[in-house]
Amino acid sequence: MSYGFVTAAYIAASVLFILSLGGLSNQESAKRAVWFGIIGMAIAVITTVLGPGFNSSGFRMLFPAIIIGSIIGSVVALRVQMTGMPQLVAALHSFVGLAAVFIGINSDLHPPLNLTFVELVIHEVEIFLGVFIGAITFTGSIIAYGKLAGSIDGKALVIPGRHVLNIVMLIACIVLGGMYLNHAGTWTLIAMTLIAFIIGAHLVMAIGGADMPVVVSMLNSYSGWAAAATGFLLGNDLLIVTGALVGSSGAILSYIMCKAMNRNFISVILGGWGGTSGPAMEIDGEMVPTDPDNVANLLNEAGSVIIVPGYGMAVAQAQSSISEMTKRLRDKGKSVRFAIHPVAGRLPGHMNVLLAEAKVPYDIVLEMDEINDDFPETDVVMVIGSNDIVNPAAQDDPNSPIAGMPVLEVWKSKQVIVLKRGQGAGYSGVENPLFFKENTRMLYGDAKSSVDALLSKIS
Amino acid sequence: MKIAAPKEVFKGENRVALTPLSALELIKLGHECIVQSGAGISSRYDDNAYKAVGVKIVKSAAALWKEADVVVKVRAPEKEEVNYFRKGQILVSFIWPAQSKDLLEGMKKIGVTAIAMDMVPRISRAQKMDALSSMANIAGYRAVIEAGNNFGRFFTGQITAAGKVAPAKVLVIGAGVAGLAAIGAAQSLGAIVRAFDVRPEVAEQIESMGAEFLMLDFEEDASGEGGYAAPSSPEFREKQLECFREQASDVDIVITTALIPGREAPKLWLKDMVEKMKPGSVVVDLAAERGGNCELTRMDKRIESKNGVTVIGYTDFPSRMATQSSNLYSTNIRHMITDLTPEKDGEIVVDMNDDVIRGSVVTHAGKITFPPPPPKIQAIAKPQVKKELPSQEDIKKKEAEALRRTGNQQVIMLTLGAIFMAIIGIYAPPSFMQHFIVFALSCFVGFQVIWNVSHALHTPLMAVTNAISGIIIIGALLQVGDTNIIVEVLATVSILIATINIVGGFMVTRRMLAMFQKS
Repeated sequence: MSYGFVTAAYIAASVLFILSLGGLSNQESAKRAVWFGIIGMAIAVITTVLGPGFNSSGFRMLFPAIIIGSIIGSVVALRVQMTGMPQLVAALHSFVGLAAVFIGINSDLHPPLNLTFVELVIHEVEIFLGVFIGAITFTGSIIAYGKLAGSIDGKALVIPGRHVLNIVMLIACIVLGGMYLNHAGTWTLIAMTLIAFIIGAHLVMAIGGADMPVVVSMLNSYSGWAAAATGFLLGNDLLIVTGALVGSSGAILSYIMCKAMNRNFISVILGGWGGTSGPAMEIDGEMVPTDPDNVANLLNEAGSVIIVPGYGMAVAQAQSSISEMTKRLRDKGKSVRFAIHPVAGRLPGHMNVLLAEAKVPYDIVLEMDEINDDFPETDVVMVIGSNDIVNPAAQDDPNSPIAGMPVLEVWKSKQVIVLKRGQGAGYSGVENPLFFKENTRMLYGDAKSSVDALLSKIS
Repeated sequence: MKIAAPKEVFKGENRVALTPLSALELIKLGHECIVQSGAGISSRYDDNAYKAVGVKIVKSAAALWKEADVVVKVRAPEKEEVNYFRKGQILVSFIWPAQSKDLLEGMKKIGVTAIAMDMVPRISRAQKMDALSSMANIAGYRAVIEAGNNFGRFFTGQITAAGKVAPAKVLVIGAGVAGLAAIGAAQSLGAIVRAFDVRPEVAEQIESMGAEFLMLDFEEDASGEGGYAAPSSPEFREKQLECFREQASDVDIVITTALIPGREAPKLWLKDMVEKMKPGSVVVDLAAERGGNCELTRMDKRIESKNGVTVIGYTDFPSRMATQSSNLYSTNIRHMITDLTPEKDGEIVVDMNDDVIRGSVVTHAGKITFPPPPPKIQAIAKPQVKKELPSQEDIKKKEAEALRRTGNQQVIMLTLGAIFMAIIGIYAPPSFMQHFIVFALSCFVGFQVIWNVSHALHTPLMAVTNAISGIIIIGALLQVGDTNIIVEVLATVSILIATINIVGGFMVTRRMLAMFQKS
């Protein structure tokens, strides 16, 4: 196949990738859009293999690698629990990062021939950048995977002087980069890779809990930029286009997540929570516990119900019980809807996927902006395993660490039921005045067993 | 403790402070209940009904008072009853302490603890014992019924074969509990209801009951403490009367419920207004006991004016519906006693630190404790001071300001970007710039496309971008097959993991999207 034909195929693949992302604007077109992506990928891979750039002696390694990779990929994709999606996404990011590192190093070992001096410098800058971003993505994603899977403590690890440490490492990388451009040898590239590994790990270690959606989308973005950088060093436009698409997608997701928490992207990435600007407001009142009987009565009498799920629902795997409860309440002619805060869960859109898995129809699952005005007319709101995203202090208390964060205004409804494991504060450690409001009742216990207890009383 | 309800001695009083139902609840709290024989007969509860739930019946009032620890009553004790009191006895009833100084003195001397049901503070927690509200509710309803009884026409409008009937027009003055109950009753009988109140914030409540709120074009808020009205200024009063005068010739039934705490009832429906009304019209004055809102009202009497308007000044509306009233009142009493029995062990504790109890106790331990200090909790939230709304111009200015700021930012960013591009353009070779164009445009396409992605699909978006970023496999494909063993191994591993990405990413995306179902 000629070079021109391969380029034409790459254009087709780029267009298909754009269509497959664009198709995600709604649930129905999305199902078709995935196929665009799959076809685009197939075109890209096949034409590359048949094209002029491919070394035919590569076939002996190519097939085993692709077959093994496909098997692993399918097994993982079929086995993964929907609650485990954040981990899977993080793990997949790390692969892209690692591949970018390997390809960069390879490119250094085998530089293209016939380059002018300027072209060579640019090529080396590209290698260096590609490997740097790839390395950060790799270890960052591995740490993120560990945190999401629970094998690493999810809390933010805050080392004193961590900013200084980051800056020192960054300067070291720049120095190594300068040496590399002066042809100090491949070892500078390897040394930089190792330092970048540490930077990536340290960066993500310092971020935890509710900030994880930002981290995951940031890593998504990085994996895109790493692919784009690889595209530059290989002079391959398809890689550049795809990398840029993925990179900007991740960047937008990070932006949306930050906006939803009213936080600055930089401060999230630097880790830890911002300091408070004064003492928190006094909370008066007390938490009033209730039992499943009362809640079942309330639900049986309510005309409209809104359910606000959070990470606690995912942890307790309560989504299918909730779905069943929703079905029964809807069969009785009640209006039941779900309110999803953009940062609920540990991955953008996490709650939507969990509810979809549990067969909750997506047209009753609404975004914060769509539903926030409806709370005053709602009879019962059930808050299941979420905390900061329903915290009135974000609006009332200018000294609260989460002041200004957009929240679901559940307290405006007639009755709020909070399903919660215990009396502690949420991830951010901020007390939640919602729990002390007069129209709030606490239903303590694991979310799944609480909902199951309710189910037995709602027929 | 022994809780006893005597037969009411006030003439015409049909209510009783203890019904068999409430007695049963009190017995559950560990109390004993005693009722004077025949006390409940006017409320249709005979002695047998009491006996059936375990209430002791005593013949005479004297015996009852002698035995009782707590006496529950409806009306404040009469002179003869005061003589029965002994030290340490507790009385729960209406007392009207502001108007009955002698009674307080008498009870103080003997050492009675008197709890006035009419002094229960109006806070949410105490609503269940708010006997004023429960009695006012009945009075409001009964006022409409009495009006209907004296009114020669239908309430509701009808078109019949025998001719058209216009609906009755009812005007309710004062939209407190009684007023609102009257609005509700008249409304459900089919009348056209209008209502007036000096407190503008009740407009919403009036409208929620289906009546029309008569709005005065006057700036004055006459809301007083505890949700009651405060006296109004002369100018306001003039406006108000003018409004009523206009209504007088139009309405058929007027129900007045205007009261100001601790004062004579304001005169609102004057003689000339009655004269303007059509013959056969009815005025029901619920404020008759305090002098009446209507100038013609005579307490406890039904009179007819010269032009044939009936003016009703009864003061015993709740007593006219004794069964209903006794049920509600005895429930209020029962809640009060429940609060006085915190341990549910039949022992009464008068906790003077409790806002509700402190507010209602008027004599205790040989002292007069009336008037009580203001409650710690605000009875009804003060209306919030309106924030000054930013004017249209301010908003426009702010918007323009924000627009300018973002515009400036954009210009700065574009300038920086242009300088950066220029620098790259000067040094970089054309081959790089070609790629750079592709890169920059793809970023823009990416931004445009991703903004349209629905929030609900963010997780599938991440999975599919994961799969697509597996495109990095192409880099490895171009390197595999190399003679250098390190390059070969690294490229092979890259192909392997990129394939995991591609296959895993696409499959998991499909799996997720398949789950999204419409209802």
